[in-house]
Amino acid sequence: MAYLRLENVEAAYGSVNVLNGIDLDVEKGEVVSLIGPSGSGKSTLLRVLVGLNKPLAGRVLLEGQPIDYGSRKSLRAARDHFAIVFQQYNLFQNMTVLKNVTIAPVKIKKWDARQVEKDAVALLEKVGLGDKIKSYPDELSGGQQQRVAIARALALRPDILLLDEVTSALDPELVTEVLDTIRLLSKEGRTMIIVSHEMAFVKEIADKVVFMDQGKIVESGSPEEVMDRPSTDRAREFMAKILRH
Amino acid sequence: MLTRLAEELPQFLGYYNVMLLLKAALITLALSAVGCSLGLMIGFFIAMVRVTRAKLLVPVRAACIAYVEFFRRIPFLVTLMVVFFVYQVVGRNTTVFTVALTAVCLIATSYTAEIVRSGLESVNVKQWEAAETMNLNLLQTLWWVILPQAWKVILPPAFSFFILFIKDTALASQIGVVELTYAGKVLNNKGFSAVLVFGCVLLLYFIISYPLARFGVWMEKNLGVSKTGKR
Amino acid sequence: MQYTLQFGQVFPYLPYLIGGAWISLQVAFLAFSGGMAIGLLGAMGKTFGGRFTRGAVGAYVSFFTNTPQLVQIYFLFFALPEAGILLSSYEAVLIGMTLNAGAYLTEIQRAGFISVHRSELEAAETMGMSLFQSVWYVIMPHVVKVLFPPLSNLYIIMTLGTSMAAIFGLEELTGRAFNVNAITFRSIEIFSLTAGLYFLVTVAASLTLTLLGRWLFRVKAKVF
Repeated sequence: MAYLRLENVEAAYGSVNVLNGIDLDVEKGEVVSLIGPSGSGKSTLLRVLVGLNKPLAGRVLLEGQPIDYGSRKSLRAARDHFAIVFQQYNLFQNMTVLKNVTIAPVKIKKWDARQVEKDAVALLEKVGLGDKIKSYPDELSGGQQQRVAIARALALRPDILLLDEVTSALDPELVTEVLDTIRLLSKEGRTMIIVSHEMAFVKEIADKVVFMDQGKIVESGSPEEVMDRPSTDRAREFMAKILRH
Repeated sequence: MLTRLAEELPQFLGYYNVMLLLKAALITLALSAVGCSLGLMIGFFIAMVRVTRAKLLVPVRAACIAYVEFFRRIPFLVTLMVVFFVYQVVGRNTTVFTVALTAVCLIATSYTAEIVRSGLESVNVKQWEAAETMNLNLLQTLWWVILPQAWKVILPPAFSFFILFIKDTALASQIGVVELTYAGKVLNNKGFSAVLVFGCVLLLYFIISYPLARFGVWMEKNLGVSKTGKR
Repeated sequence: MQYTLQFGQVFPYLPYLIGGAWISLQVAFLAFSGGMAIGLLGAMGKTFGGRFTRGAVGAYVSFFTNTPQLVQIYFLFFALPEAGILLSSYEAVLIGMTLNAGAYLTEIQRAGFISVHRSELEAAETMGMSLFQSVWYVIMPHVVKVLFPPLSNLYIIMTLGTSMAAIFGLEELTGRAFNVNAITFRSIEIFSLTAGLYFLVTVAASLTLTLLGRWLFRVKAKVF
């Protein structure tokens, strides 16, 4: 049984059906990248995993156990396994960088405050922001804020890290620093699901690439299979358009 | 007319009259300040109830919405009258000040509930989502994340409502509260020139309201949350 | 509690009260119109005038926005006679409300003036528009869109503000409520009913204004 499995998941965003039957397996330690045109449901898939959207049909199984989206207890328990980094407005604007990273572990998970703080500082140094722990989000650049967001997600010790187009809203010069951080994490054996438009990066770090279109998985396989030798027309079209850039 | 004014002025500025006016001015200020502060607290509570999503609370939320929409669309004088007569029926010996205070509170609550709700909505929805994914519950999210950001958007309009209401307290004179307008009527009835009396009352209202208004403007500038959310 | 609510005694007076509501709307309308005229002059004076004009308008606005409308009307009604000017209740209320409205409308219209960006005027100029055309095609639509919400809002506030005319004996809605109260003594019922009527009137007025704004001026606003 795969570590994370989605079985025929359907979901809507607002009144529009965005996921039309998704079957996906993610193994422990795997880096899965979701690619595809806008509106194909990639972000919604992540949102379903983290409980922001409820599936209309299908199941999500974590280590073989289905998540009961109707029960708050089950949802909260499931959330403990995930941590998500969004495209924008991740950080809590009214807290310092350090507070942002420590608040959930201390107040929600109720871990020991001193240990949490030590770990937080270490994480922030790891992402290259050890000198900014007392800064506020609005004093940081977009790239720095995203790195803090990643540190914050890691502080929750998630089993699976979800990254939703984390570089798409950044100025081009700031993208590299965030990608470097993610690359570092991928080398540590973290299970990650990454939604990204950075094709070269995806090809480099992903173990499995999943091409989505209109709420369905069109192709899935290794980066070379999906990106260099796509077998479906739709995927081929998409790759051609991307490469033209 | 001017000669009459000149004649009356010294008598007008006698100890009793000045004390009456000053005490009345204090009542005016107190009526608005206390009423609006209470209103802010209850309005806060109502706004938070409106943010919940529990199905159990649907009738409560509906009642809150009805309350807020209703009391904002009724003249203060009419509210005052209804409260006055209700107290008469329920009545132990409540002072007219309490009656007026209740009326102020009722109205202030409905306005501030809207102000707080706007303030909460001004915080980007992604902040709510980020908190939710970290398993913060509603109260935790409001307390640690949303309110610290929303208060800057809430305080200026709430303060400006308080200043606005100082003028509405003049209507409390109609049920006998000894605020500034009532004091004016008393002095006018004593025989003093209406020009002198009401001129003076207008001046006193101005002296109370104008500095507070300037302070409100200063506060708005300094709490200014720019559109990008940067300080 | 030894009081039983008897709305039955009060309902017959409903048409009478509704007539009063109509008068309230009329008074508000007249005061608003007068206020708009004053406001236009005031806004122009404050935007384009010399130091003295600006100061005078500023003083007028400051004074009327920092003092209660009720006391302003008291002054007109009780104090002016000492200077030889006798005003009827209706006149005092109307003039008082108009002057009061004029102050707020000065500020609102001034905001409208300021909101027209220089760049819009320059664009119009480079396209070869005359002054009149600039005003008609560029300034007016923009200003109306910007001002519509605050103007509608003020109108609603003024409609509610007409209730203080009752204190001077005017037979608008609140005044008539007092009359009915003197006859039936069913105070809570009457004033609750009056409150309900003000609510309906206000909602109807808001709706009308919003729809008007949407259709005539393409102002985007929530209906409720």
